[in-house]
Amino acid sequence: MGIPNALMGADEHRSRLDHGAVGAPHRAGRGTTRVAGSFKIQALFERAVTSTMMAVHKICGIETEFGIMHHHGGDSNPVAASSMIINAYVNDRLDGRVGWDFEDEHPDMDARGYGDFDSLAPEIESHLVNAVLTNGARYYVDHAHPEMSSPECYDAREAVVYDVVSERILVASMHAAASLLPEDEELIVHKNNSDGKGNTYGTHENYMLDRATPFGRIVRYITPFFISRQIFTGSGKVGTEAIGLTSRDVPFQITQRADFFEEEVGLETTLKRPIVNTRDEPHANNRRYRRLHVINTDATQAEVATYLKVGTAAIVLAMIDDDFLPRDMNFRASVSTMREVSYDVSMTRAYELADGGSATALEVQWEYLDLARKYGEEHGFGVVGGDDIGSDILARWEYVLATLERDPMQLSTQLEWVAKKRLFEGFMNRHGCDWDDPRIRALDLQYHDLRPSKNLHSRVGMERITTDQEVEYAVTEPPERTRAYFRGKCLAKFKDDIVAANWDSMVFDTGTDPLRRVPMLEPLRGTKAHVGSLVEQCESVTDLLRELGS
Amino acid sequence: MAEREQIRRPAPRQDEEIVEEAPAGTEKGEELKADIDDLLDEIDDVLETNAEEFVKNYVQKGGE
Repeated sequence: MGIPNALMGADEHRSRLDHGAVGAPHRAGRGTTRVAGSFKIQALFERAVTSTMMAVHKICGIETEFGIMHHHGGDSNPVAASSMIINAYVNDRLDGRVGWDFEDEHPDMDARGYGDFDSLAPEIESHLVNAVLTNGARYYVDHAHPEMSSPECYDAREAVVYDVVSERILVASMHAAASLLPEDEELIVHKNNSDGKGNTYGTHENYMLDRATPFGRIVRYITPFFISRQIFTGSGKVGTEAIGLTSRDVPFQITQRADFFEEEVGLETTLKRPIVNTRDEPHANNRRYRRLHVINTDATQAEVATYLKVGTAAIVLAMIDDDFLPRDMNFRASVSTMREVSYDVSMTRAYELADGGSATALEVQWEYLDLARKYGEEHGFGVVGGDDIGSDILARWEYVLATLERDPMQLSTQLEWVAKKRLFEGFMNRHGCDWDDPRIRALDLQYHDLRPSKNLHSRVGMERITTDQEVEYAVTEPPERTRAYFRGKCLAKFKDDIVAANWDSMVFDTGTDPLRRVPMLEPLRGTKAHVGSLVEQCESVTDLLRELGS
Repeated sequence: MAEREQIRRPAPRQDEEIVEEAPAGTEKGEELKADIDDLLDEIDDVLETNAEEFVKNYVQKGGE
């Protein structure tokens, strides 16, 4: 066959696995024996996909690190607690068969035995537990938190579905863990980004960009967007954790994360966090694509806020790919403005711009919206999922900006920080207390507590854009329009024959050497339309690999 | 640059939409006020009884 590195053709893997963690590009020997399989399928996989003259599709996804507490757990450490909760889920729901370690092949590092945790070294902070789920997501221990990375999603709405799915899975995990723990102990998970004591953990978005888009252009045009969008992405926080400020200075702010950003651009995620993160790891064909790894917002349970966050960013990044923006609106002092926007709940403050003049966060957002509207008229919204979703994002964006300007409290069922502010102010009125009352801090924390009996978010009447039915379905089923489909469906059908999975490849064991590796370097390949009937029809991985043209 | 000072919300059509949305928004506002009392009753019930202790014990390691 022609191109050795087919977009998703099977590749030969000569030795037993020396595979790295998820995302580590695997450099297997290739170009050796290659059997021409189904010509049709192979040809389909190799078809050129994108024109370099327009934005690439905005494949997107959200990774969330959850807060975890072992209530009455004595000396339990968060790494062990995180491992326990993931393994409890994997063993309960997946019968232990889909969890494995990606780092190497040690079976004892595998996520299969609750009893093994006692023997784990407490300071191991690698990817100790690492499961790939049949919905294409990755569920693992990162540092000292359970983390869920959603599968690759086709558009913002799908990203919201899988973000809600991650909450459901964590709830199910708490439940599964409860049956393994003594009655007075409990693992408690929070979907927030700070403990209120200066420790933060992240929620990261990912978007696919054209490799040809210069990184400098991305930084220039996305930075003021990221700073100003906080007014609708924030999940709200009582007080501040910024050095030198007290809760008297900042009784309540729009975001949980702004306190922790110290640089404009950089590679760090744990220290000196930058507004624009430079991690260059596309998990895809790196000559064609970039992946923008975005670390600057909050986790939100508010579906409208999550939808707007991902949807507007996808549109703005499409505009950047297409070099559509006529000028940038950078703030003179990006880092301090990032915080000040979060602190100004009135949203009236204007900030100096780098090129002179000044603008409020709302005004900057209005300008992006205006340009997005023009972009849609000229280019359409195919790359963010189609004109229907594009128009829907614009309409919601406009409604939210207009309402934030007029009366933010009218958004208390759409935006998370507004919902919390309303709740806390209502509580303070009723009980005659102030922001410094410990019960307000408790409410702030409990808002994000994912235990259904405690969670406050689910009680404040928030607007949904997903349905319980589709969320329940997506707990086990992958997105249909990205390569996550191939990953998820293979795991569901051939889990015993899969040695390792990765964002951009899967390794199969057909029972004889060598292991077979299927690269998936093209995120829009391996969809249901593409391989649905193939995966369904094949009775074994040998069939599958033969059909894939290995 | 002078043009910088002109970053202002454009589009008169937004004003039109605001006018249209206003009645619905007001109605919603009243509903929300009525709801808040019920909500606060429920919150009083589910708020952690040992709230201060719970907050104090909530310590996370940094992540990412």
